[in-house]
Amino acid sequence: MKIAVLIKQVPGSESPLPLNSTQTWVDEPQVTYTMNPPDNYALEEALLIKENVGDGEVVAVSLGPERVKKVIREGLAKGADRGIYLEENSQIETDPLSIARSFASVLQDENFDLILTGLQSDDAGMGQTGVLIGELLGLSTATLAVQTNIQDEQIRVKRELESGWFQWVKLPLPASISIQSGLNTPRYPSLKGIMGAKKKEIRVIPASEHQTAEKTQTIKKVFVPQTTKKTEVIEGNADTAAARILEILKSDVKVL
Amino acid sequence: MDDLFFNQDHIMIQDMVREFAESEIMPIARELDEEEKFPTELVKQMGELGLMGINVPEKYGGSGLDMVAYATAVMGLARADASVAITMAAHTSLGTLPILLHGSDEQKKTYLPKLASGEVIGAFGLTEPEAGSDAGSTKTMAVKKGDDYIVNGGKIFITNAGKAGLLSFTSQIKHEDKLLGIGAFVIPTATAGLEIGPKEKKMGWRASDTRQLFFHNMKIPSSAMLGDPTDGFRTFLKTLTSGRISVGALAVGTAQGAYERALQYSTEREAFGRPINNFQSVSFKLADMATDIEASKLLIYHAAWMKDQNKDIVKEAAMAKLFASETAMRVATDAIQIHGGYGYVKEYDVERYFRDAKILEIGEGTSEIQRLIISREILKELQHNAL
Repeated sequence: MKIAVLIKQVPGSESPLPLNSTQTWVDEPQVTYTMNPPDNYALEEALLIKENVGDGEVVAVSLGPERVKKVIREGLAKGADRGIYLEENSQIETDPLSIARSFASVLQDENFDLILTGLQSDDAGMGQTGVLIGELLGLSTATLAVQTNIQDEQIRVKRELESGWFQWVKLPLPASISIQSGLNTPRYPSLKGIMGAKKKEIRVIPASEHQTAEKTQTIKKVFVPQTTKKTEVIEGNADTAAARILEILKSDVKVL
Repeated sequence: MDDLFFNQDHIMIQDMVREFAESEIMPIARELDEEEKFPTELVKQMGELGLMGINVPEKYGGSGLDMVAYATAVMGLARADASVAITMAAHTSLGTLPILLHGSDEQKKTYLPKLASGEVIGAFGLTEPEAGSDAGSTKTMAVKKGDDYIVNGGKIFITNAGKAGLLSFTSQIKHEDKLLGIGAFVIPTATAGLEIGPKEKKMGWRASDTRQLFFHNMKIPSSAMLGDPTDGFRTFLKTLTSGRISVGALAVGTAQGAYERALQYSTEREAFGRPINNFQSVSFKLADMATDIEASKLLIYHAAWMKDQNKDIVKEAAMAKLFASETAMRVATDAIQIHGGYGYVKEYDVERYFRDAKILEIGEGTSEIQRLIISREILKELQHNAL
């Protein structure tokens, strides 16, 4: 079983998030980064699958500036066998299709049985990368997996639907699956794992070998929502006032 | 600042311990303290992560890491709970280190793998009612009889004693009515003649297991001896100076934990219409706390780094321990002050840090002893320079 896990590095939940001067993203140098928590669950699921199957390989894959190598090393310390690092040009890529194309171009030669991603990233939160890669590589695809089960050349996946419903789907391998957070308990890297991570290979793919100029999305502006206060004084007699209040409760507050 | 002393491994260890402490220790720290509950499950987890064998070479099943890594780990644990940190630290720097440094190949092979995995917890007995830092006054006596020693006496304030599987202890050694000096032994705690007293009720470090030990005609084989007593006890003690880095690191973590709570509270609590950290009387306190913690950390990491370079650290370790422990006490006191009345109730945790901080100025050599060591060292340097 050869499994790729896509791991993103995102601003930590306790990091300050000041905007950059062009208001197009956060101001990178002031941010502290962490492994995208949903990807941590995907990594754990990959390690568990490998352990259950009894053999195979887990490869931690990440794209971004130099700093993202840290999350690959974390993945290696937790038990991934090797890493692939996709270098990125200076501009942080946020277009999911471009990102998926980059990954797909690198992953297709590796012939993975399984590509696992976290449900979404904690920064842009697009939630599309895994699905798009599945499509680009012609793999069977499922999202929101809360349980996985490998059976011969197939994978059974329990998916979380709305309103407390679940669905079991059976997919032929190779497949690209996005993992719902909370389905397992991610391990901590042991000191042995940390020491051993240095000896594991991280293959570096230069930006020119996977990035294309073609972009389908660009971020125009990032801003902190402004809260405004609006006071309405309702005038007129009791009937008019009651009618207006009813309307507000129905259409603005939406409690009726 | 940490980066100055860190390589990539240290950064990852710091991150891992932080995450482990926040997820596994912080949620139960108050309960452990209140119920004086030994953190058995956490010790098991720390063993699996390699934290119980940081200083043990890989060939004996340890992590084979340096003093900087160890200090980082102790700080990270103590930031969440000093009791958990001292359980690990006493196991590592007191329970394991004497075997690592003075044990025979046989002793190392027998004991180190189990200590490194955390399967067996280690304890170390030095202190007696009349012998603490004045270790020369040790009364415990081991008398050679055939191939064995018969030990009588006792030890006090022994960390991990009730949970330990292995005990190292110091004793006077007597051969045929002749006192050879002080030596050390390592024995399983299941040895007949070793009585382990009831758990001490303490002001702080309440989840840590501290007890008195009694030796009643305890018969142990000569092979239980650690090192050679004729080598001199001073050499043996000198190797334990790293215990000061240990408690100093624990102090930095304790101070950091108390400070972070005070900082957080100062943003939440408002008085006269603004957060209390808008008042200079509070913000200057926070500034002093942060500065002293930073200085303590530098002293500890520097002493740890020197130790890793095999330099003599008698003075540096004493300075680091002295400054860090007094900082922890000061910071914990101010953390309560910033909390006002809430700081005095258990809900806000700073009173636990306050109670945990006091022992730091006592254990592993009191502040007074540290000053004694430092003054001796600087006066010695003066003499050297004069010559």
